[in-house]
Amino acid sequence: MNLPLLTLLIAFPLLGMVLVMLLPKENKWAIRWTATGISIIPMLLSFWITWDYFMNFASSSAMAYVEGPYEWIPTLNVQYFLGVDGISVPMLFLTGLLSTLSLLASFNIENRVKEYFAYFLLLEAGMMGVFVALDFFLFYVFWEIMLVPMYFLIGIWGGPRKEYAAIKFFLYTLFGSIFMLVSILILYFTSEPHTLNMLTLIQTAPALGHSLQMVCFIFFFVAFAIKVPVWPFHTWLPDAHVEAPTAVSVILAGVLLKMGTYAMLRISWPMFPEALRTLSFWIALLGAIGIIYGALVSMAQKDLKKLVAYSSVSHMGYCMLALGAFSSVTAIAGCMFQMVSHGLITGALFLLVGVLYDRAHTREIAAFGGLGAKLPVYTGFMVMFGMASLGLPGMSGFVSEFMIFIGAFQALNKVLVGISVLGVVLGAAYILRMVQNVFLGEFDLARWGGLTDINARELITVAPLALLTLLIGIYPRPLEQLMEATLQNLVNLMAR
Amino acid sequence: MELQLPDLNLRLMAPELFLFAWALVVMTFDLTTKRVRGDAVGYLTMIGIAITGGILAFTDQGPGFGNMFYNDPMAIFFKMIFLGAAFMAVGSSFGITRQKIVNHRGEFYGLMLLSTVGMMFLASSNELLTIWIGLELTTIPLFVLAAFYKDNKLSVEAGLKYFIVGAFSSAIMLYGLSFLYGLTGTTDLLQLKLNLATTHLTFRNIGVILIAAIVMLIAGIGFKLGLPPFHQWVPDVYEGAPTPVAAFLSIGSKAAGLVAFAKVFVNGLSAFHSVDMSPNDWGKLAGIIAIAALILGNTVAIRQTNIKRMLGYSSIAQAGYIMIGMVTQSALGLSAMAFYVFAYMFANMGAFAIVAAFEDKTGSCEIKSYAGLAKTSPLVAICMTIFLLSLAGIPPLAGFLAKYFVFAAAIKQAPVGGNEWLYWVVGAGLITAVFSLYYYANVIKQMYFSKEESPYRLGLQAPAMLVVMIGLAGVLVFGLYPEPILRFAGDVPAIFGFYMP
Repeated sequence: MNLPLLTLLIAFPLLGMVLVMLLPKENKWAIRWTATGISIIPMLLSFWITWDYFMNFASSSAMAYVEGPYEWIPTLNVQYFLGVDGISVPMLFLTGLLSTLSLLASFNIENRVKEYFAYFLLLEAGMMGVFVALDFFLFYVFWEIMLVPMYFLIGIWGGPRKEYAAIKFFLYTLFGSIFMLVSILILYFTSEPHTLNMLTLIQTAPALGHSLQMVCFIFFFVAFAIKVPVWPFHTWLPDAHVEAPTAVSVILAGVLLKMGTYAMLRISWPMFPEALRTLSFWIALLGAIGIIYGALVSMAQKDLKKLVAYSSVSHMGYCMLALGAFSSVTAIAGCMFQMVSHGLITGALFLLVGVLYDRAHTREIAAFGGLGAKLPVYTGFMVMFGMASLGLPGMSGFVSEFMIFIGAFQALNKVLVGISVLGVVLGAAYILRMVQNVFLGEFDLARWGGLTDINARELITVAPLALLTLLIGIYPRPLEQLMEATLQNLVNLMAR
Repeated sequence: MELQLPDLNLRLMAPELFLFAWALVVMTFDLTTKRVRGDAVGYLTMIGIAITGGILAFTDQGPGFGNMFYNDPMAIFFKMIFLGAAFMAVGSSFGITRQKIVNHRGEFYGLMLLSTVGMMFLASSNELLTIWIGLELTTIPLFVLAAFYKDNKLSVEAGLKYFIVGAFSSAIMLYGLSFLYGLTGTTDLLQLKLNLATTHLTFRNIGVILIAAIVMLIAGIGFKLGLPPFHQWVPDVYEGAPTPVAAFLSIGSKAAGLVAFAKVFVNGLSAFHSVDMSPNDWGKLAGIIAIAALILGNTVAIRQTNIKRMLGYSSIAQAGYIMIGMVTQSALGLSAMAFYVFAYMFANMGAFAIVAAFEDKTGSCEIKSYAGLAKTSPLVAICMTIFLLSLAGIPPLAGFLAKYFVFAAAIKQAPVGGNEWLYWVVGAGLITAVFSLYYYANVIKQMYFSKEESPYRLGLQAPAMLVVMIGLAGVLVFGLYPEPILRFAGDVPAIFGFYMP
């Protein structure tokens, strides 16, 4: 197999974007199906890569499917260099799957359809690029390129405060990116010979002096923490999530947030082990604060989508807690599990909230009640994903949180981890409160009598996520095998 | 002793001479055709610029006129930029020559070409006086061009303001140059550098005269570049002047000022680029001015409601980014500066071409009136968006690479002894880059996020379309594959005694 698979992963969405732009804008169905059809190709490719990686490459931590390094801008030593390992493969899988599902979920967009799907495909290309790039410049280009379609997607098709949310998202992320840029340049000029190759820099960067390591680490951390988002950098997230159209929220929660944690694992954690050791407690502390804060704020939400948005802050806090416990393979594996599982669960929750909003045109929790009897299938899914989100055993959320706590308890301050565990209880509280208020209780027949249950297209978008959530929850071993060697190597690198 | 006449080597000056002659041809053509063939004059001008570009490609490098005129990679690089800017400015001016200045097309285009000749002459000049003359040749036609709408108050105000400020700054600059001549007894840049270093090594203290010269030169050239605190004329002139003239000002005149700055300061005043051997440090002063430009340009632009004023403040900020490359006083910094101007040209001229076309169609330059343009004129809107994103420095567009290159140069130079202040410049540049996104995105927001359709359907005329397409191609191609032009820009610092490693 000598096809440049990773390049194709990026190229197909771009091709789809061009095709969509060539279609006449009146023909909405052609646009929808072209976009979705094209996005199935990278999805299948990402499935194939996952399978093939699992079968042939998972036993070693080396990069697979390496393309390059090819010279791109020799004057600045910029290379075109792609490759995947155990931490990028699950992310590619998630990106491929969620992109297609979100496109499918976007069929109800009626306004400026052509532009919407074109931006969406550009977004997909950028996301794929981030997870496969091994050259800093390339990584940065992909990281930034996503902001533009995201800005338009929120700003044109968003809710009432869309313009504010769109520019806030754009400015926040760009603000983080400039810190990353400085760090990249410092790394570039301190390496000899100058290079932007991430793999080389992982080997050489730990030799930097302590203060330089700290500076680079903190700068990278700010850039990535804004993306995750780590408390206190999270304030863009509720706005963006609430205003964005459903499918965009799915991508935002399912893939974009993971870029932050992915980038930490790929870049700053193995590159600056000394700085990491100095700061790991504070990182875990931010994680713990995020867990508790996100959960408490979720409890106070009146808007269903905002509740899910803040629950993301809480759930990504678990990832940060695990990243603080960097010396434990279990914790890091838990972090990866949490990334995948949060992508599946929160993606599905946003899809489901969108389904309800499309019908009811409101997301206010208090407006509903007793929907369980009227919409049985919908309720089934919503409750299932709610349970997954609160960490019910048998679902993926439980596996990841359990691994994180086991790992963190060994590696971190016990009090801190103990407090973080409270997050699970609080998580149960806000999910159960939501379930109770929306699905149980008295049904307002006059107002909601006309609601219809989930339709086939919507079912197709959430069913695969449900299946995977259960699969990982019941039998997590394959996913662990997929990442094992890479994570062991990462932990060794961080212990330097 | 036999007196040896210097070798004139006129062939080196062929592009300038040709363009000068062509300017006269253009004016004569307009007169002889009784000013009825409006578009033909414009096309003739564009053809002339294109031919000059061709001649430039075949012009040798080397000295002429006894070292006063020197064709080196830097001169050729910047001449390319001047010609490109002139070509694109002429291309976007067909609307106004049809509607507003019907009776003076020949003069309009002729003056634009004459100004370009001045810039090209400046780029090759190798001596204080010719630098000054080149700068004057550049700006005097621009005074007239800025005031070209004779019956429009704003335009006349712009012209007058620009004239007074320009004349004043020229005088200050000349005064500064006279100090330098008094200190060193020469106007030749190389000799000046040697004499200054010798004096410095002998006496260790040149004193207040040199400082006065530096301050006056920075003020004089700072006026031309629109750097704070000498920037007040910029927004008014941009607003009042005909839009293509404002566009030409923002690139051509700015690049000319940069060339002059580089020649006088980097070449003349920092002897051999070593702290021990140079008698002064103008870098910090210029660095502070660059920071001021970045902060002022990028913050005040946010409040603008007129797109030309907004682009005026944005050009102040962009000058700040360009100055970052300059103040590093390194080979990398100077080629970054050259590349920055090159990349900036495409995005800015493209954006101005659209602004000009929009103004011709609607008579408005308010950002608000762009609302809903994406629905009626999607192609124009998307081109404008790409230009603005390039100006804001979003990858993978050329503007991003330019910013990356400039910051790279500064970060490379900063750890070198005594240069730690460069971190402040980098910090200011990066933070304000985030601000800049806000006002560029504001235009995009108007075009795309509005629910209503724009009442205007904006179609571009052929020449304006050509300009926009050139801009688009430049922004995309040099963003994705900048290698050839980066190589060329790598040769630019050679004249300053740097060689790229």
